[in-house]
Parts: sequence; structure tokens; C-alpha cells
Amino acid sequence: MLKLVWLVPFFPLLGFIIVGLGRNVLGKLSGWIASLAILASFIVSIILFNEVMHEPIELENEIGKVPEYVVTLFNFIHLDSLKIPFSFQIDALSSIFLLVITGIGFLIHIYSISYMGHDEGYGKFFAYLNLFVFSMLLLVLGGNYLIMFIGWEGVGLCSYLLIGFWYKNIEYTKAANKAFIMNRIGDLGFLVGMFLLFAKFHTLDFVSLQNIFSKEQIDYPYYSAIALCFFVGATGKSAQLPLFTWLPDAMAGPTPVSALIHAATMVTAGIYMVTRSHFIYSLLPNVQHVILIIGLLTALISATIATQQNDIKKVLAYSTVSQLGFMFMALGVGAYVAAIFHVITHAFFKALLFLGSGSVIHGVEGEQDIRKMGGLKKYMPITYITFLIGCVAIAGIPPLSGFFSKDEIMMHVFAHPSYGKVFWALGMLAALMTAYYMFRLLFITFFGDYRGTEQSKKHLHESPALMTIPLVVLAILSITGGAIGVPEALHGSHHLNAFLRSVLLYSTSAKINIHSLTHQQEYLLMGIAVFIGLLGIIIAWLGFKKYNANDNTKGITKFFEEKWYFDEAYQKVITQPLMAMSSWGEKIVEKSGIDGIVNGIGKLITFTSSKIRLLQNGLVGFYLFMMIVGMLLLFALQWWYKSFN
Amino acid sequence: MPTQYYLFLSLALFCLGIMGVLMRRNAIIILMCIELMLNAVNLLLVTFSKMYNNSDAQLFVFFIMVVAAAEVSVGLSIIVLMYRKTHSIDINILNRLKN
Repeated sequence: MLKLVWLVPFFPLLGFIIVGLGRNVLGKLSGWIASLAILASFIVSIILFNEVMHEPIELENEIGKVPEYVVTLFNFIHLDSLKIPFSFQIDALSSIFLLVITGIGFLIHIYSISYMGHDEGYGKFFAYLNLFVFSMLLLVLGGNYLIMFIGWEGVGLCSYLLIGFWYKNIEYTKAANKAFIMNRIGDLGFLVGMFLLFAKFHTLDFVSLQNIFSKEQIDYPYYSAIALCFFVGATGKSAQLPLFTWLPDAMAGPTPVSALIHAATMVTAGIYMVTRSHFIYSLLPNVQHVILIIGLLTALISATIATQQNDIKKVLAYSTVSQLGFMFMALGVGAYVAAIFHVITHAFFKALLFLGSGSVIHGVEGEQDIRKMGGLKKYMPITYITFLIGCVAIAGIPPLSGFFSKDEIMMHVFAHPSYGKVFWALGMLAALMTAYYMFRLLFITFFGDYRGTEQSKKHLHESPALMTIPLVVLAILSITGGAIGVPEALHGSHHLNAFLRSVLLYSTSAKINIHSLTHQQEYLLMGIAVFIGLLGIIIAWLGFKKYNANDNTKGITKFFEEKWYFDEAYQKVITQPLMAMSSWGEKIVEKSGIDGIVNGIGKLITFTSSKIRLLQNGLVGFYLFMMIVGMLLLFALQWWYKSFN
Repeated sequence: MPTQYYLFLSLALFCLGIMGVLMRRNAIIILMCIELMLNAVNLLLVTFSKMYNNSDAQLFVFFIMVVAAAEVSVGLSIIVLMYRKTHSIDINILNRLKN
């Protein structure tokens, strides 16, 4: 059955081709075809998942032997020294990602049928969406770094296409460019990492590399270089410091895109990749520390920015960056399972929140500024309730899913031997802000009185069923999703941990750390986490139950609202010097250098020919004379040449 | 008779031809001078043919004669046409073609 794994990416590819070619003919059908394609691969994913779950995978395998869960389709590159098969690795880790991608992808496709219903680029949108799912599946399924990289680039491309989907708006096109360029910086890291890996080990296979890494002597500088290069790739794709500024701008795309690509799936590619490469990272505590610090800084900085944003999607975007920071913190302490757990639950509630915000935007006719909303509770009850569930989940209130995953991360961070408690305290601060900004958003948007124009007030309505059904499904998932990872302290069994254990064989350090905690300590940490979440909600309630839209921000809040001036700093430090350099190149090198030479040659030839032209005077006698002079010269030349030798 | 007499005769004929081509303005005379040069070459070829007792060169003489005949017919017809147009066979008139 595992042999059929190629069906999973095949359906979206087929959907992309059909919808892409027939987008002008199919009309409204294209949305349904695209959704069906995703549904088909979702069903195959479920079957595969079942297979993987019930089939114990051999933990040790010999070098050179291809294990059963790696399915090779054909030889992708076959040269003397370079042999890269086009293979898929379908193990516990990838099968979970398959479920998340296709499942949430399907819901978002359904939602988009209604949301994008009136858009002129309807068919194009679904073609891109299917192409995205295809690339993402390729990324997740790839059995070696190169196949993963193909998917990695593919999702970047689709992200670019979908951010700039409304390409007639120049700002949106710029946002798309920004996303693409930022990602490119990260991709360079990925590529260099791959080269380094190949130069030393002559293979890019996950399975072979894992074997090699577990047996060979550790070469710290070289391994660290590889790990850091891959981490640069991850910071680009997963919007971590210092490459995170593209993600908030990426909200220029349609809301379902934000939900699918920029919250639930693509941005978690970096986490997936680091988890896949756990056999490298687990050997390198220093690199893990770098990841931990970057994750913490990202979580903190973007949380502070999120508290001051007034665009409903921007708040969610910064929240996504912040949550990704949490996941990287988990990776930094070697708690891969916790990171994956948070990826899953975050995919549920963040997709829910984004789709909810899309529903709100749909209801208020494209307005995204929360200062012009308010009181929507009455008009959009389903959206309100599901949005509330999403907020509670992300704030970390039990028994919703966000509590379990975030709590697991924070517990691992707390148990980390070097400065774990400091990191934990700062992480808790970010968690406090998470609860605060989410409920600030909720209160401003749904409570109080409506602050928009009278005309738009009449138009307020609940979204159609095609949009609310995905919301409800995601809300249910957000509530119950935590069940897959209930910690032992709460008398649960951590299903996810048991399931992933076969893949993450080497990530034992985190497990040892967490076992040093007693159950009492765990209860205490959980209590603090819940208290922090509630505290954030209460502060938000006190501050925003009666929201006045005319408040001006100043001081530190202004600093947060302006996103710590990251964009401006990049503009000053990188973009402007680059611009100055290229304008120097244009004016000096191009205009007077290269153009000078080219035009100079032309001018020289015109000048000399205008002089030599005068020799052609039309007198036949003169021509004959010149002919004879020439002949004599030739004779003389030959004679001179002969005497020379 | 020593061979160099032929060579000097040939050289003299050739130089005469060149001088004629360069100095005269009458097109017919120039044509004749060219013929003279060709025949100087022919003489040279025949001389060497005799000297080396090899008849290959004499073949070339025939070729040159044929070509010369063709050339004269073309050249003369050009001169006739030129005379009809300009009532002159002075080659310096030909620079009128310039414009």
C-alpha cells in the first residue's frame, strides 16, 4: 500500500493541470474540481497514515539497504558520482504532515469556493492553490534533501504567486517580491547546506545520512556549518528573525491563502525540515542554543508588535510569527515532538482564526481595519463563536488544544539545563502577550458598537454555509486537537510521542531533561501557564471592553506599532546602500565605461572611414595606379619576408 | 639564343603594358596595353616551357589566349557603349558615374 504514496501529490498536480488549463472554460466548477483533488489525496493520506500507524517500522537498518518506507519512483539524477533517486519517505513524521496539509487544505479549498466566488481570477486562484498543495506534499514526502528542496522552492513560488494574486495593486506586487526575495536568502542557506552535506557524505538521503551521522566521529565545525546553513533556510521559510518581515506583508494575498500558506502549512516547512534533520541538530548543542535564542527573540518581538496592530490580518500574521518562534524554541531544546505537536494544533487554530477573519472581512465588505469594526457579535454569531474558540485555544486555556502543545514546549524549555528557567520566563511573557493581543483583537472586533459607516452597517451579514462549515470543523479540531498529546502528568498517554518515536530516535536529550521534573513541578508550571493566559485575557478585557478608536499611540507602543522599525532599518542598512551601489554602477560603469567603449569604437570607425572614403575619387587611372602600387607592395613584402627567414 | 633574352623581352613588354595602362587616357589603348601584358606573360610561359622541356605551361598559354579573347570582346563592347553615351573614350569621363 505504501507504494501508492505517489497518488498523494499526484491528485493536486492533476487538479492543477486541469484547472490551470481549463480555467476559462470550467467557471465555477474549477473550485470544486480543485477541492475534490485535495479530498482524494486526503483520503489516500488517511489510508497511508493507518498503514504507518499499524506497521512497526524497524528502527535499525543496515547501511545501503533501502528501508520499506522509502518508495523510489525513478532515478532523478544518475551520474557517476551523483546518484539521487526521486524517492518518497513515508514514515510517522511525513504521514502526520500529509494529514494536516491535505485535511486543512481541503477545508480551506471549500471555504475559498465561497470566499473567492466573485473574483475574476477564480480559476487561476484554485490552480495556484492546487500547485501549492502539490509542492508542499513534495516537500514533506521527499526522501532526500533535493526532492525536499524542489517542494521547498515550489511552495515559495506559489506563495509569491498568491501574495501577488491581485497583481494590479502595486503594493501587493511589492509584498510578493519581498516575500520571494526574503525566501531566496533563506534558500541560499539551504542550498549551501546541501552542498556541504554532499561534499562530505556523497549522499542526500535522509536514511543514509542518519546512519552515517550516528556512526561517524563528530566534526563539530563542519557539522555546525551544515546545521546553521539549513537553519538559515528555515528562518527564511518560517519567518524567523532576521528574515521575518515578509510574512506580515504577505497578508496582501487573499485570506484563504494567508490561512493555508502563511499560517498552517508553508511556514511550518522550516520546522519540518529541522525535525527531519534532527540527526544533525541533536549532535550540536551550540547550534541548538542559537535556534532557541532566535526562536525566543522572534516570539517576543513579534508578540510585542502584534499588541499594537490595527489590521485584523496583521495581528494574526505577527501572532503566527510569534507561534513559530515558540516552535523553534522547542526545536532548540530538542523537543521535536512538542514542536510538531504545536505545528498541528497551531495549524488548527490559526487556520480557524484566519478563516474567521476572512469571514469578518467578507461581512464588512473588505474592510480590514479593526478600528472601523466592532459589535460584530450580533451580526455574525457563528464567526464570533468560532473565533472565540480560536482565541481561547491560542491563549492556552485548557482543555483546548493550544494549552497542551504550548505547555509541552514551555515545560521542555523549563527543564533545559542551561538557563532554561530564564528562557521559560521570557517565553511566558510572550505567552502573556499572546493571550492579550488575541483578546484585544476579539474585543475590538466583536464587542462594543459598530464603528463603520451606516451604509455598510446595513450590509452586515453572516457568511454563507460554505464558509462557516470549515470554521465549525476547525473549531471542533481546535477544541479536541490536544487529545493527541495529553501529558502523563494529567493521566493521559501521549499518542503523538509514541507515534513519532520511531522517527526521532536520536532526540533523547529532551526526554531525559523532562523526566527530571516531578509531577508537582509540572502541575505548578501548568497552573502558571493557565494563570498567565487568563491574566492576558483580563488585561485585554479591562483595556478594550469600551474601545475608543481615537487613541493615539506614542512612546514604546508607537515603537511596537511601527514594528520595531525593522523595515526601515533594512531599508537603510541593506536596500539603500544597494541602490546607491547599483546607481553608481549604472552611471559610471554602464554609461561611461561600457557604453563609452562601445560607442567609442563606432565613432572611431565613422571618423576614419570618412577620411579614407576620399580616396575613392572615381578616376580609373588612379585606381589602376593604386592597384599596381599594391601589387608592388605585395612583392616587396614577400621579398622582405623571404630575406627575413 | 640564351634564355635571358626572352626574359628581358617579356619584362620589357610587361613594363610597356603597365606604363600604357597608367599613362594613357584612351580606353582602347589601355585595353591594348592589357593585351600586351598578357602576351608578355604568355611569352614568359613559353620560354620556361621550352627551358624545362615541359609542355604544361603551354596549356596555360592557350587558356590565357581564350580568356584574353573573351575579355577583349567584353571590354570593347563596354567601350562602344561608353562612346555612344558620351561620344568619348576618355576614361576620366567615367568618374561621372560617381554621382
